[in-house]
Amino acid sequence: MTLPLIIRRSLRQHAFSTTITALAIALAGGLLMSVWVVKEQAQKTFTQVNTGFDAVLGARSSKLQLVLNAIFHLEASPGNVAVADYEFIKKHPAVKLAIPIAVGDNLRGFRIVGTIPEFFSDVEYSAGKKFTFSAGGLFDPAAKEAVLGSFAAQQLGLKVGDAFHPFHGLVFDEKNQHADTFHVTGILAPSNTPADKVVWIPLRGLQTMAGHDPKVATDVSAVLIQLRSPAAGFMLDMMYNKQGNRLTFAFPIGAIMAELFQKISWFDQVLALVAYLVALVSAAGVLAAIYNSMTARRRDIAILRALGAGRMLLFSAIVIEAAVIGALGMAAAFGVYAVILTGVAAVIRAQTGVLLETFAYNPVMLWAPLGMIVLCALCGVLPAWKAYRTDVAENLSPVS
Amino acid sequence: MSLLTLSSLRKSFVSPDGGRKVIVDVPEFSLEAGQQLALRGESGSGKTTFLHLIAGILAADAGSVLIGDRDMAKLSEHARDRLRAESIGYIFQTFNLLQGYSCLENVLLGMAFGGGGVDRPRAMAMLERVGLSHRLHHFPRQLSTGQQQRVAVARALANRPKLVLADEPTGNLDRKNAREALALIRETCRENGASLLLVSHDPEVLGAFEDVRDFAEINQALKEVAP
Repeated sequence: MTLPLIIRRSLRQHAFSTTITALAIALAGGLLMSVWVVKEQAQKTFTQVNTGFDAVLGARSSKLQLVLNAIFHLEASPGNVAVADYEFIKKHPAVKLAIPIAVGDNLRGFRIVGTIPEFFSDVEYSAGKKFTFSAGGLFDPAAKEAVLGSFAAQQLGLKVGDAFHPFHGLVFDEKNQHADTFHVTGILAPSNTPADKVVWIPLRGLQTMAGHDPKVATDVSAVLIQLRSPAAGFMLDMMYNKQGNRLTFAFPIGAIMAELFQKISWFDQVLALVAYLVALVSAAGVLAAIYNSMTARRRDIAILRALGAGRMLLFSAIVIEAAVIGALGMAAAFGVYAVILTGVAAVIRAQTGVLLETFAYNPVMLWAPLGMIVLCALCGVLPAWKAYRTDVAENLSPVS
Repeated sequence: MSLLTLSSLRKSFVSPDGGRKVIVDVPEFSLEAGQQLALRGESGSGKTTFLHLIAGILAADAGSVLIGDRDMAKLSEHARDRLRAESIGYIFQTFNLLQGYSCLENVLLGMAFGGGGVDRPRAMAMLERVGLSHRLHHFPRQLSTGQQQRVAVARALANRPKLVLADEPTGNLDRKNAREALALIRETCRENGASLLLVSHDPEVLGAFEDVRDFAEINQALKEVAP
């Protein structure tokens, strides 16, 4: 009971510095875990999200631009695919399913994408999961109707039966409103994919929108493709990318996204480095807090020594006290982590529609607290050494 | 039978001029089991150093400090700590209570470092004996100085020591509290079968003892510097 009692009382006697130091560790630990989890989760999620497709066919451009535009609804469309090209790949024996999409309009910043009903009926956006409706149902492909992704519907405040006028372009500008009126027929249930932040309308609806060039009314922006086999992907890659020069065939989607993450890995490393430095500084805070209190502690140490406490016991007490401050801080770090991750996940969801698994287990949740506790214990060694060397007789004043 | 036997005990410190100044030089000294002895000595005469040497808080330069059959002066620091925790109770002029601990915890710590383990009922009984059963969970700052010294007495005797060393134990108390504290120290030592070696310069304290010796007679270092 002696060692825990000494540690407990010491923590209480220095409650203010203990709390401040533990809070600094909580912030550092929370930041470290957040940076790590966001990095891993983002990479894992974005390289796995393909909305059920193997490849994208689009105008000549970079594969990444095609994937970002057609799958993540982020980039601008690099150009159009002629209807003949769409018909060709649709009928290609290696292709199982080809879904055309058309982009170019928005509804108060949410992208309007034209597509065909098969996108909702035939595609599994992830294994065993098809799009379902939380309200209403699918649009009539020949009518000016719309299906809203769950996030778009929530943010736009639209429900089944509501009407809206699209705005021209991918960037919202009030002056560019189309005269066409669309009616909402359905709201998709959340899929945690980019489809959640899209306003879906019939392909024809977008192609024939008043103000769009009638000469390209049959063109599509991209074709989303499911292949019969991965080998077919390499064959089409050869055909479009190496032999042809009009179109780009983006395949495989996961590898293209992984390349993106590789390109920006330096940014992750910078963030991680900053997080490590913050962790190191906060651990040094433990050293400073305990070291600065050593003058006040010397008398207690001398008294305990006079009562028979050994040097090693008091050395251990201070090292463990430092580790306990680390442990308290890291316990609170999970709260900081929860706050940061909830915020980051909300931003990523708003920007991409993709939902990170915020509270899924990640090994960092084990090694970061353990590492921090060990680091704090190491920082306790210097003040503990000072305690070890405390001169008992000198600190038991007065002398008679 | 002697409980404490000192022979040729010497301790010196480095003086400001760089030389060594002998503070304690005791050729021989003994204390019987159960004996209560007061040593008369002026401030700065080396009384505290003398008690620290007996308690093993300081290591002697030479000589022996036999407590029973164990020589404190020949032990390692770790062993001295252990022997002190097991056999010696120490009462200080400034009480030296741990301010962050309750009265009960202070007394419990008095028995925590010996081999006997912590005996909570015994600690509570000791506090009851010194009249503080209603202050178990109070902190030292919440007590009067007289009460603080009583906690210190309870702590010194909690581990059933064979020897209690008291260094000017009433120096910080008023006359009434001093008398009471002194009586309490002597009674509790007697009740627990502990020998008592007390050092003081206060004639009233010294007058309460049947057995009083001059520290100057024992400590040859004082004679060396005498004119």
